[in-house]
Amino acid sequence: MAPSTATPLDIITAELIAELGSDQVITDRQRRRTYECDGLAAYRVVPGVVVLAQDPDDVAATVRACARNGVPFVARGSGTGLSGGALPHSDGVLVVMSQMRAIREVDVAAQRAVVDPGVINLQLTAATSPDGYYFAPDPSSQSVCSIGGNVAENSGGAHCLKYGFTTNHVTGLDLVTPGGERVEIGGKAPDPPGYDLLGALVGSEGTLGVVTAATVRLTRLPQEVRTLLAAFRSMDDAGAATSAIIAAGVIPAAIEMMDALAIEAAEAAVHCNYPAGAGAVLVVELDGPSPDVAGEFDDVVRLCEEAGSFEVRVAADDDERALIWKGRKSAFAAVGRISPDYIVQDGVIPRTALPLVLRQIAELSESAGVRVANVFHAGDGNLHPLVLFDGSVEGAVDRAEEVAGGILDLCLAHGGSITGEHGVGADKAKHMPRMFTADDLDTMQAVRCAFDPDGISNPGKVFPTPRLCGERPGRHQGAHPLAESGVAEVF
Amino acid sequence: MADLQRLADALKRDGGEVREAGPADAVDGVPATAVARPASADGVAAVLREATAQGLATVARGAGTALDWGAPPERVDLILDTTGLDRLVEHGAGDLVVVAEAGLPVAALSETVRAAAQELVVDLPPERLAGGSTVGGALSTGASGPRRLQRGGIRDLVLGATVVLADGTIASSGGKVVKNVAGYDLAKLLTGAYGTLGVVVRAAFRLHPARPDRAFVVATGPLADVAARARDVVASQLAPAAVEIDRPAGSDGAEVAVLLEGTTAAVGQRAAAAAELLGGRVQREPPAWWAVLPGAAAAGPFGTGVSTGSTTVGGATSASGVEPVETYGKATATLTGVADLLAAARGAEQRYGVGVALRGTAAGVLHTVVTGTPEATAYAVGHLRGAAPSPRDGTVTVLRAPREVRARLDAWGPVGGLDLMRAIKRQLDPGRSLAPGRFVGGI
Ligand SMILES: Cc1cc2nc3c(=O)[nH]c(=O)nc-3n(C[C@H](O)[C@H](O)[C@H](O)COP(=O)(O)OP(=O)(O)OC[C@H]3O[C@@H](n4cnc5c(N)ncnc54)[C@H](O)[C@@H]3O)c2cc1C
Repeated sequence: MAPSTATPLDIITAELIAELGSDQVITDRQRRRTYECDGLAAYRVVPGVVVLAQDPDDVAATVRACARNGVPFVARGSGTGLSGGALPHSDGVLVVMSQMRAIREVDVAAQRAVVDPGVINLQLTAATSPDGYYFAPDPSSQSVCSIGGNVAENSGGAHCLKYGFTTNHVTGLDLVTPGGERVEIGGKAPDPPGYDLLGALVGSEGTLGVVTAATVRLTRLPQEVRTLLAAFRSMDDAGAATSAIIAAGVIPAAIEMMDALAIEAAEAAVHCNYPAGAGAVLVVELDGPSPDVAGEFDDVVRLCEEAGSFEVRVAADDDERALIWKGRKSAFAAVGRISPDYIVQDGVIPRTALPLVLRQIAELSESAGVRVANVFHAGDGNLHPLVLFDGSVEGAVDRAEEVAGGILDLCLAHGGSITGEHGVGADKAKHMPRMFTADDLDTMQAVRCAFDPDGISNPGKVFPTPRLCGERPGRHQGAHPLAESGVAEVF
Repeated sequence: MADLQRLADALKRDGGEVREAGPADAVDGVPATAVARPASADGVAAVLREATAQGLATVARGAGTALDWGAPPERVDLILDTTGLDRLVEHGAGDLVVVAEAGLPVAALSETVRAAAQELVVDLPPERLAGGSTVGGALSTGASGPRRLQRGGIRDLVLGATVVLADGTIASSGGKVVKNVAGYDLAKLLTGAYGTLGVVVRAAFRLHPARPDRAFVVATGPLADVAARARDVVASQLAPAAVEIDRPAGSDGAEVAVLLEGTTAAVGQRAAAAAELLGGRVQREPPAWWAVLPGAAAAGPFGTGVSTGSTTVGGATSASGVEPVETYGKATATLTGVADLLAAARGAEQRYGVGVALRGTAAGVLHTVVTGTPEATAYAVGHLRGAAPSPRDGTVTVLRAPREVRARLDAWGPVGGLDLMRAIKRQLDPGRSLAPGRFVGGI
């Protein structure tokens, strides 16, 4: 028996070591610190204890121990999340999934793969492309992010305009529920009977349990891919071209836009050699059967020119295509070249509001004296304004955050969303009430209660205030003690 | 038992109506007491709050084209008719998004968006479309049609939904933009939930641009052969919009039809390539059975080539002399498992003296109609389930069936995650006020 002064964390640490062995349980503070943040380094919490899970049994044992002791846990994939979703709890367990990295099965004939949650997104594409297939969701972080993380965040990428998000590509999940039970949901066949639990789980940001395996669709590689870079004098012109392309009934595989500042940064970082004097560039990619791509590509070139593009570059081969994409894909990191610090914002607007919202962002930026570089998925209205600041300047962070928040206001005012792909996590939980009513959030939390009545699975994320399970909406009785302890150090 | 006056009072501000139910309002043989037809989401909330307070069992009804799908509810005190909520709220043509109230007929929605050369790619069966099938009904039944092959099912198209819970809470999730990960995706949870979690009052969907031209490629052949060729087309780089298989009851063969969409020039080339791959012929129009539910309407000759007198298995003997009945269900399979499902249909016919029609996408979601005595039907469904090595590779769920059939089988089959589903139901509808008994595990 543990002494009565032992905290639940002490107790669970001893239990985990006894059950999993000390190799898999990290208690050393220096080593725990490695996991103190995800891709959003502004939030940092050293986890109470770290478990390196090797298989679903480890996960189930860990989660059961958490449930027994009322200790919160957080699953972590590759830790590339940009909303603090994998932010640990100082008195909780961080379950690291990155050692579960085997592709269990590739069933090309059935167009499915079964993977461990720690499998890297691009690893699956690499394993299946010799057979002519790939995993369609392609976040820019695909060379490092895990499929478990993709599932939790419902990640998308430049190509989700045509191919959809992770949620459209998952047909089965193995889940360890927050009670520690292992449940198999769906499989290789589509449409499992009953409620669409897959729909609820994908995008739930680790708050409904830990995914220990995923069955995903494999998509046939297109017969042809064609990519162009179109340079415009202004964002308005580039926006008009985007609208014209969509209005023509073309669904490109991707339409990405960058403004002058983002181009400048990319140029400085990777010398992508985009056309000089461009106020905006569009990267447009079409894919599909050759006859269709050929015809539609000509249309897209024409529409860009009609909208005022002064230079259209067409990739002649894969190398040139990679060069075009290089500038776009490096944009986030590249901004580091022109600014010591920056906030990556992620908001969504109806695409048609693009020109207006971009002007409003420019006004916001000007009046606050804060530079904003714009890089975004133009086809689906997913903005990624990069709000630049110098953290060493007094008050600069606050001003930058105000601008970043103001951009979300603009998104909401136009009927959009506070996040298109990076998730709510710890970062945007406070903004949820601006997008949803108390009843909306209560109803979502009721679903959470069905999975996690004790509120131990990644508490403090997604929802601004926890809900006591078993309570009917509207009759709150103070904060949930567990979540309180977790949230206190975040906000 | 239902206090109609108080229900009517609840709807006073809304302007909706409450009336006594008639025989036509029965749900799959379960008589109803009252019918409420609110005109707004607030009206739905008010009447549901009152109904739940009265302890009534409420069943939401759109046009009623699939009201007898799922198990019959244990009781029906109140029918909540959604057809008073029939506004098309918003069509953002430039954004390829439509927002509609739940009672709007899908056909009306389609007509509106067609004006902008766009479509909601749900491909409802023509008989449901013609019957006025509503947005809420299509969503709640998880409608699945031919073009889900590439564009997904209705759960892949829904962007957001507003639902009224049994206690009158109005809750929205998602939104009206095509990309959005804020909060839980409850719209998917409501999709295919048969109204057991709440009454959907509004939903937003992603639209697709209508392609300028299309062509069909059709081929027939022995079952295994057709399945293999369908698979070849799915695995090709021709990007077919749909690959449908039709296997009429009693047949040793099946037909496969491939839909190609695109510009005229491109479609012509791809259709020619598909015709070669399939060993089929190109035609402008779909086959008559395209997107149609099999069964009564399109029934092949029941029992053709089937030894209906077969008494090989217990059930058939005792059932001989009993009128054959029709049972409608949904069968799923993997891309490769479709061939086994087709073979199992033939096998079930031979063993149990039933007719088994199968029709649907080669991607593995097929409608099935089993025609036979209740006992033989139950065996046949079991046989079809056996086609998949495990429920994760394929399932058969019985959606519409006479009582005698239901009494003899487990309509839903094994359901992964049933405990979680029950827990969700308990959270959102703790009093089991909404369509009690209609869904999996008696939910
Ligand atoms: C440079 C860069 C570019 C990016 N570009 C994109 C982009 O284009 N599109 C996009 O959508 N995102 C993008 N992201 C964000 C991020 O890469 C994705 O959200 C990714 O899916 C996270 O995966 P991960 O393995 O790193 O998850 P983590 O960051 O480790 O975790 C993310 C969330 O998932 C949960 N989680 C992880 N594994 C599991 C599991 N097995 N079971 C349950 N919950 C789990 C965690 O608790 C956490 O809430 C980018 C990030 C970076 C740094």
